Amino acid sequence: MNANETPPANPAKEPSSECLAPPASADPAAYPAASAPTTSRRSFLKAGGMLSLSSLMGAGALMTQSGEAHAAAEWAEHFQKNYRLMTAEEKDEARKRLERRYSREYEKPVTVDITGPQPGVLMGYALNVRKCIGCRRCVKACVAENNQSRGERPGERIEWIQVLRMERGEFSQDKMDHGYPEGLGIQVGGNAYTPAGQVLEGQYHYAPEAVPEKDATYMPIACMQCEKPPCVKVCPVRTTYREADGPVVIDYNWCIGCRMCMGACPYWARRINLTTPVLPKAEMNPVTHYLGNRPRMRGVVEKCHWCLQRTRQGRYPACVEVCPVGARKFGNLLDPNSEVSLILARKNVFRLKAELNTFPKFFYFYD
Amino acid sequence: MQQLTRFAADYVSYVLKGGTKFYAWMACLAALIIGMMYVFYLQNTDGLIVTGMTSQIHDGLYFANLVFLVGVAAGAVTIVFPAYVYHHEGMHKVTVLGEMLAISAVIMVTMFVFAHMGRPDRLWHMMPIIGIYSLNAMLGWDVLVLMGYLLLNAICGFYYLWTKYTGREVNKKFFMPLVYISIVWALSIHTVTAFLISTMPARPMWFHSMMPIRFITTAFAAGPCLIILAFLIIRNNTKMWVEDSAIKLLTTIITWCLGIALFLTMSEIVVEFYARTEHANGLYYLMFGLHGLTRLVPWFWGALILMVGAFALFLMPSVRNNMKLLPIPCVMAFCGIWIEKGMGLVVPGFIPSPIGEVTEYYPTFVEVLMTLGIWAFGFFILTILLKGAIGILQGEIKYGGAAAAAK
Repeated sequence: MNANETPPANPAKEPSSECLAPPASADPAAYPAASAPTTSRRSFLKAGGMLSLSSLMGAGALMTQSGEAHAAAEWAEHFQKNYRLMTAEEKDEARKRLERRYSREYEKPVTVDITGPQPGVLMGYALNVRKCIGCRRCVKACVAENNQSRGERPGERIEWIQVLRMERGEFSQDKMDHGYPEGLGIQVGGNAYTPAGQVLEGQYHYAPEAVPEKDATYMPIACMQCEKPPCVKVCPVRTTYREADGPVVIDYNWCIGCRMCMGACPYWARRINLTTPVLPKAEMNPVTHYLGNRPRMRGVVEKCHWCLQRTRQGRYPACVEVCPVGARKFGNLLDPNSEVSLILARKNVFRLKAELNTFPKFFYFYD
Repeated sequence: MQQLTRFAADYVSYVLKGGTKFYAWMACLAALIIGMMYVFYLQNTDGLIVTGMTSQIHDGLYFANLVFLVGVAAGAVTIVFPAYVYHHEGMHKVTVLGEMLAISAVIMVTMFVFAHMGRPDRLWHMMPIIGIYSLNAMLGWDVLVLMGYLLLNAICGFYYLWTKYTGREVNKKFFMPLVYISIVWALSIHTVTAFLISTMPARPMWFHSMMPIRFITTAFAAGPCLIILAFLIIRNNTKMWVEDSAIKLLTTIITWCLGIALFLTMSEIVVEFYARTEHANGLYYLMFGLHGLTRLVPWFWGALILMVGAFALFLMPSVRNNMKLLPIPCVMAFCGIWIEKGMGLVVPGFIPSPIGEVTEYYPTFVEVLMTLGIWAFGFFILTILLKGAIGILQGEIKYGGAAAAAK
């Protein structure tokens, strides 16, 4: 979709009307200004920078761009341990190293949070499928919040949330001769659904004039943060794992890019960074978490982590905050009075592909 | 120790010498290998974006070749098993050649792993002690069995050659257990490779228990096809004579493994298409195309024709016993299986994606060159290993130098 639509701008105006839930702490004022300067001069400079960077890449392995300190940091990053095996001091050291490097690379103070899981917390998510209007603001807010790659080439554009657009099927007199299923099979007359849930790639990037569309329903999906995640089981280096408070995370520095986890995920929640992510300096979100939205590197897998940089600080994930219809709910499953717990207790809830026994902590419900 | 250094020196100096044909062959392979190095460099500076892989279809040509070549490596057991368990005379003389083939195939597999990884520079993370080695992961098991198989074949093969070189007797107490282990191990490598993809409920096309046996039958058809071709080349171009009885036994093995493989393909088609659930979409895409995307359809039918045709030819005594005609069905079966078990199995597993997206995969020039380069590297190694092995088996390299060999 259009790059100049500045996703975070919308929620700033709207939460008062629809998203009643977010508390005062969930305030986006910290960084949305980043998306404001969109002068053509800046983007021109950016483009030039990218061009020269890519042409330098080949010859530049020995000529480190920012001197020896940079090289030393890269070296240390390359030989650091798996995050889970690091001592508190090592984690802190890694954090400082990253903060220095990111601050220099993105030319602004960047923080890397290493807050661990808090006791008594098990994160859960619930989405009201009836309310979703398919506006895809969650998708854009997620990209802006989580520093995903946003280049021009297909492999450079990464979105963690997919809003599936499902066509409504219909039975009608004039379709009586065209039976379903198409092609093979017994013709039963009538035409119900075009195979629901199965669409071409293009249909995820639908661009209607207004949402919701009359002939469509929407089904947003992202990582389900399974309690029994198949992706974790197949990881040969245990770089992806379930944190104690629920989310399944990835140590980007330990990932070898074998993509077994992507094959194992029944929800297609994972993405591979086919190349160095395209993340313009001005758009980079400087509030990061080590296991969350810190800038990734080429060749590693990434996915939704329920905005650890926010949720571990008592804030809502960006998609929850931005949703204009309040379809998205997030909270602590261990707290019986949290919104999510109340939804589980009172509403009709279902999980996607429950038959696979992955036990998602992402629930769908309808009123 | 001195014997060992002489062995190495004699071996190297022997394999480096050859006629014009030999040097021309090696130069062609070397050119492709240089191309491969260049694209490997590209992949590790630009990233995998230079390939046709995407987040939807993230295993492509490399993974397909990896799966296929594990089969070729396992196929070497079709020589070792008859030689040591059934004491087949003709096979026994050429066992070591099969082991050399297994070694080169496993090396190619390893190279395809490197090509496939997003971060090959971090592969040390998989090593025990310095990294984390997970036996929860099927990939961990695959690495274990593949490295074990490489080691077993290298030990068995080179130990045998070493005894021939020095003129000693084979120490059976040490040698035979290793041979028997390597026979079972050969089955394990391909079984685990099948488990690698068949243990993912997220990919219904792969998620069935028929996968391991299908892998093994296709492997024991494709592997011996390559071995027969190598044997015929060796017979015609070197002093070594491979007996007809060995080749005939291999054709029998190929015929019936191919037959079973076709039967399994038929079973899969009937089971999937009778009910025609959404889980059959991958197979449907492969055979007929889905949503107008039909890129793999001609490949599937081509592979099927090649395999059925090869099966029919293998059944004809006039073809399978005629050493001039035999290469035809061998090449047909090899190519057919390469398509069916490579791209034809790996790619449709991703189509549609778990959330129903139908996309296609187009290997890029980078991938094609990389694949050719790795195959060239494999043949480079295979040529050297076979040349050295034949030299020793023929007694042209012997301890005591050229004088002893001349006698």
